[in-house]
Amino acid sequence: MATQKDVLVDPIFNNNPIALQVLGICSALAVTISMSQTLVMCLAVIFVTTMSNLTVSLVRNRIPTNIRIIVQMTIIASLVIVVDQVLQAVAYDISKSLSVFVGLIITNCIVMGRAEAFAMQNGPFLSALDGFGNALGYSVILIGVALIREPLGAGTFMGYEIIPTVSNGGWYYSNGMLLLSPSAFFIIGLFIWAIRAWKKDQVEEPEYEIAPNVQYREAM
Amino acid sequence: MASFDKDSLSNTFIVAFAVCLVCSIVVSGIAVALKPQQQLNKELDQKQNILRAAGMLGADSVVAEDGRTVDELFSEFSVHVVDLETGEFVDERDPSAFDPIKSAKDPAVSIALSPEQDVATLRRRENSSIVYIRRLDDRIDKVVIPVRGYGLWGTMFGYLALDADLQTISGLGFYQHKETPGLGGEVDNPSWKALWPGVQLFAADGQPDVRLVKRRSADDNPAAAYEVDALSGATFTTKGVQNLVNFWTGDLGFGPFLQKLKASSV
Repeated sequence: MATQKDVLVDPIFNNNPIALQVLGICSALAVTISMSQTLVMCLAVIFVTTMSNLTVSLVRNRIPTNIRIIVQMTIIASLVIVVDQVLQAVAYDISKSLSVFVGLIITNCIVMGRAEAFAMQNGPFLSALDGFGNALGYSVILIGVALIREPLGAGTFMGYEIIPTVSNGGWYYSNGMLLLSPSAFFIIGLFIWAIRAWKKDQVEEPEYEIAPNVQYREAM
Repeated sequence: MASFDKDSLSNTFIVAFAVCLVCSIVVSGIAVALKPQQQLNKELDQKQNILRAAGMLGADSVVAEDGRTVDELFSEFSVHVVDLETGEFVDERDPSAFDPIKSAKDPAVSIALSPEQDVATLRRRENSSIVYIRRLDDRIDKVVIPVRGYGLWGTMFGYLALDADLQTISGLGFYQHKETPGLGGEVDNPSWKALWPGVQLFAADGQPDVRLVKRRSADDNPAAAYEVDALSGATFTTKGVQNLVNFWTGDLGFGPFLQKLKASSV
């Protein structure tokens, strides 16, 4: 039986939902363009994952097996709508720039995955911790990506200028690629490399080995 | 509860019903409770966009330099619904309950544009729109009109502000667009937006003739007054901006209204 500490801390580096399980990449590409957006997105995901795990776990013994996915989905979708509505009321500017990505938390595999894999089998407290931990693991990667993308892509941090860009009369030629989604792939890839270099047990076994070259002479 | 069967048909229905009921109560409760605040946010956001286009509010600030709030600044504007065809005010209509962009989709209150007319790629144009007029001592000081048009990836929505002579542009700002960050997205760049105030709108023939150009004419050339630097690397966005400014101030846009206003105020 997993201890409470393991459930909370493991997903951050040992079993990170983005770096090891490679889930939730979509929003990691979309919202990491600026730090303030990223922080709000992380808070939203932390809230949704924790609450959905808690709620699903509370009713897990009553949920009929054949409609369990729909029940989980309904709970998650309701929580996401609540988050979206609250954001529109209290942080209108950020909710505008996050646009559809708050709504798309519904389809974030991490939320659904934890509800189905953990909350259906474990008690409410442990499930809430697990949701919180996984969302933290997601947040760590997102914040890391945003830390690279925003300063180097736009010369700003949290919207404040830290590197004066050429277009604003400074010296820094901003790297426009970092403002586009593909750059997040590269950064996440580098993170995965770094984590696996640090924690060797995450390195996956090769699925097949390339056969040695037995042809000695070059083709004529 | 020893013989409780969670997979029974009755339990399936009960759980499905209960989950739907609880979730819908939570969702609708939150939505209704937060509606007023969201409405306020939307209105405030729109006012800020209008004030920013008119150069009365900094890009990131929410209060003016003299400390006045958005609501105080905006109260200097009078808002009118305008019939674009005739250029007359339609004062019996309440502008706060009117959404021009939505009405452009309704065939009853909009017209279809032919490809030659439709330089800003709107497909349909609403019959009535909204203008924001700032008067000081009964004289017009600024006129702000909503503009929109297609850029590279999608429609750009913004406001164009004109000075009292209705000939000089006092500012242009977009509040929603999908242009490429770093290229077309530079329509939001403050130093590019700073090029707009002072640009002349109507040429000698009375038609709007703003041009976004690679290289501006020499300052002593009269054409230079109509020219703005294009955005480098963003040909389609630049074309879109040029087209939408000329469309919305032209005969199919607010042209008739601006002519009437000019004639009546002089």
